[in-house]
Amino acid sequence: MRELKIFAIVAFFSLLTYYLVEPYAHHEMHKKVDTEGNEIHSESHGFKYDGKPDIAEAHRAKNKALVESKTAFWADVAKIGQLKGNASAGQSHFASCAGCHDANVNMGGVIPPVLDHAGAIYDKNYLIALIKDPAIASNIDHKYKDTGNHPMGAIKFMMPDDQSIADVVAYMLEHKAGEVTPKEAYEEACMRCHAVRYGKLPQLGDTPKFKHEKDSLAHKIKVIEEQDRVKAYMGKLPPDLSIMIRARSEHFMKTFVENPQSQLAGTSMPRVGLSAEGYEKVEAYMVSTGDPSKAKREAVGPWVILFFVIFTILAYLWKKSQWKDLH
Amino acid sequence: MAHFDDKAMPFGNKWMDERIGLNTLKRVLNTEYWIPKDINFLWAMGMVLAATFGILVVSGIFLLMYYKPDVNLAFDSVNYTIMSEVGYGWFWRHIHGVGASIVFLIIYIHMFTGIYYGSYKRGRELIWLSGMGLFVAFSAEAFSGYMLPWGQMSYWAGMVITNLFSGGSLEAYGLVEWIRGDYVPGDAYLTRFFMLHVLLIPLAIIGLIVLHFGTLRLPHVNNQEGADIDYKESAELWKAGKKKESKVIPFSPVFLSKDLFVMGVYFIIFFYLVFYNFEFSMDPVNFDPADGLKTPAHIYPEWYFLWSYEILRPFSKDIGLIAFGIAQIAFVFLPFADRSPNVAPAHKRGLFNIWFWVLLIDMIVLTAMGKLPPTDPVFAMIGLVSAVLFLAMGPLLVLITMFEKKIEKGA
Ligand code: HEC
Ligand code: HEC
Ligand code: HEM
Repeated sequence: MRELKIFAIVAFFSLLTYYLVEPYAHHEMHKKVDTEGNEIHSESHGFKYDGKPDIAEAHRAKNKALVESKTAFWADVAKIGQLKGNASAGQSHFASCAGCHDANVNMGGVIPPVLDHAGAIYDKNYLIALIKDPAIASNIDHKYKDTGNHPMGAIKFMMPDDQSIADVVAYMLEHKAGEVTPKEAYEEACMRCHAVRYGKLPQLGDTPKFKHEKDSLAHKIKVIEEQDRVKAYMGKLPPDLSIMIRARSEHFMKTFVENPQSQLAGTSMPRVGLSAEGYEKVEAYMVSTGDPSKAKREAVGPWVILFFVIFTILAYLWKKSQWKDLH
Repeated sequence: MAHFDDKAMPFGNKWMDERIGLNTLKRVLNTEYWIPKDINFLWAMGMVLAATFGILVVSGIFLLMYYKPDVNLAFDSVNYTIMSEVGYGWFWRHIHGVGASIVFLIIYIHMFTGIYYGSYKRGRELIWLSGMGLFVAFSAEAFSGYMLPWGQMSYWAGMVITNLFSGGSLEAYGLVEWIRGDYVPGDAYLTRFFMLHVLLIPLAIIGLIVLHFGTLRLPHVNNQEGADIDYKESAELWKAGKKKESKVIPFSPVFLSKDLFVMGVYFIIFFYLVFYNFEFSMDPVNFDPADGLKTPAHIYPEWYFLWSYEILRPFSKDIGLIAFGIAQIAFVFLPFADRSPNVAPAHKRGLFNIWFWVLLIDMIVLTAMGKLPPTDPVFAMIGLVSAVLFLAMGPLLVLITMFEKKIEKGA
């Protein structure tokens, strides 16, 4: 039928245009190439950390020494991963972590995050790497001449041997892995750097309710001072994440959190070694502030569309009756 | 003095007819507004456009209740207040966003329908010209609306587009500042575009729609074969009950029933997009708040402006601006550039048919290149070639149609 043929032509050109200006253009715009012009595919590694992307980056930078040291580092991490950790032995080592992490004061730029759910939101291999050398693990070692200067760098000298690393990680996987809410996951993983103003959640955590404006302003000043410290540490104030979930694609968010260098080479944001479940929780929090209508859309959508399907059927029947003896 | 029946029931048919000529209105606009029988669903696009404009107005009114035109408040009033606090605020915003984007798809379909069937010719010139007026007004409406959320793309696209008014080497920065009300886009800029978006341009659009409809009434709409219909004769046949013999149908209820069916299909697609696939109409970059110190990696307009943007880009500054200026007004001259005596669908017009499809494909290519990074030499080359081709299409049309043979219409 002629009308269907015309419809097919219109649909074809509309979809072609859509394809060109949306998926294709975005792919071309965000394409990354190395110095030889070969495309670098940044894909998610399922929130598993074995150092391969970091080693590949060193290869691309043609830095042989770095390739070797990173390869050795991640091989060590894998080896420690094989060790059987002893959770109760790990408990005493964990005290040295708590010394910094329970203090709730800024250390070298940020307030060390609470570790209450570290065993649940971080990947095991990543935790091992982090305790071995925080700067290399989070792929920002290029910022340091001596990775011992990283704000958490002191940990390198606090763990007597590989077995104690395996033990403290085993301790966290067993005792710091309770049920975690999306907000808690976000607070532990990102809050020390990023504010979420739609969640009234600056770097210092939930804003208390103040009776007097004076107290509220005093708190505001504290927040600004904390932000200044983060800014000094990171070189810039990390962006507010309120609606970041709509400003970046899902693919970008995943690959970026897994390895910020893959999307913004040279950025000061460290890798946050979340596990897949950990990221899911953080993402859920960001959806709750940035795209809160997601669930509603899915609930209302089918009904609105059903309404128009019925409308169309009725209109079609009416049209048929009106046009029946025209030809 | 007219006659008024004292016994007529208030607001009844007779009562109304005596006061505002209800029956005449119904006859002129509905039951005896004759539409050719031989038309396809593309002729429903005008009503689809009118309906989409209605949807944009209604959703816009809801958004207007919470939007705050102030550079410090605008972004959060849209992205927080409307999206999280206001019940169903997200619904109206997504409708408004998708509507603003889709209305241009339908406008382009509507325009290309007109071009294909030669509906801008012989008596229908004013329909085309008022239609172009609508195109310009919708473009201004879309651009001003895009400024309102005050995101990164609002700011930077606003910066780039207003910069065009410096006229290249003319360096008319005074004019640019006059338009912006400031050296860079700021509060004065936002509030004036707010006024344009919610008052002045919508008023102009409503006026232009009335004019567009007015210009349609006497020439009647064209038909699939471009046939010159004797409306008097056909109308008489219809009124005499000879529906099969008549070449026309009344707008209401016969054509309206088809319009409604087409609208139904359209709304199914429209709301599918609103609920499940709206990203194309709300650029992610605009969810980053405006920051005058941080230029985004890629600045591009919404998809419907890309083809003319690409005519600007590949040339040097001044030539680009001139080419862009020509592209903006090129379509206005269509009724006069087409010298052919034929009102017929393109597939019956020989070379014109090729011209039509080349134009369509060239504009799609321009649209694609307008968004692709110009740093890629291949894309830059394709962009340049298609821009030159577009500029050549006007003179080519004059040439082609001058020699077009008159089609002798049989029965
Ligand atoms: C010297 C103080 C200090 C000690 C000791 C310390 N940390 Fe940290 N830790 C920090 C600081 C500071 C950060 C934040 C670093 C940053 O964001 O750049 C941090 C970050 C972390 C993170 C988040 C890393 C990420 O990629 O997001 C984890 C997990 C962590 N520490 C676990 C531990 C564990 C387990 C121990 C004990 C084995 C420990 N820390 C000991 C200071 C310390
Ligand atoms: C130690 C501080 C720190 C932590 C922890 C951190 N970020 Fe960041 N983040 C930054 C900095 C700094 C930037 C700015 C990067 C730039 O522009 O180079 C940034 C930027 C971003 C961006 C924007 C990237 C862009 O395209 O501009 C996203 C998204 C992001 N972070 C997500 C997260 C998430 C999700 C988490 C928690 C899982 C997190 N960040 C934890 C410091 C941090
Ligand atoms: C954006 C708002 C517009 C609205 C609401 C609108 C509405 C309409 C309507 C209702 C019709 C009659 C039915 C039909 O043929 O579809 C029509 C016809 C027409 N319109 Fe538009 N229109 C708009 C924009 C335009 C534009 C941008 C152009 C092109 C410059 C245009 C050119 C025409 C032409 C040439 C016809 C006559 C078609 C024929 O005779 O077959 N219109 N319009």
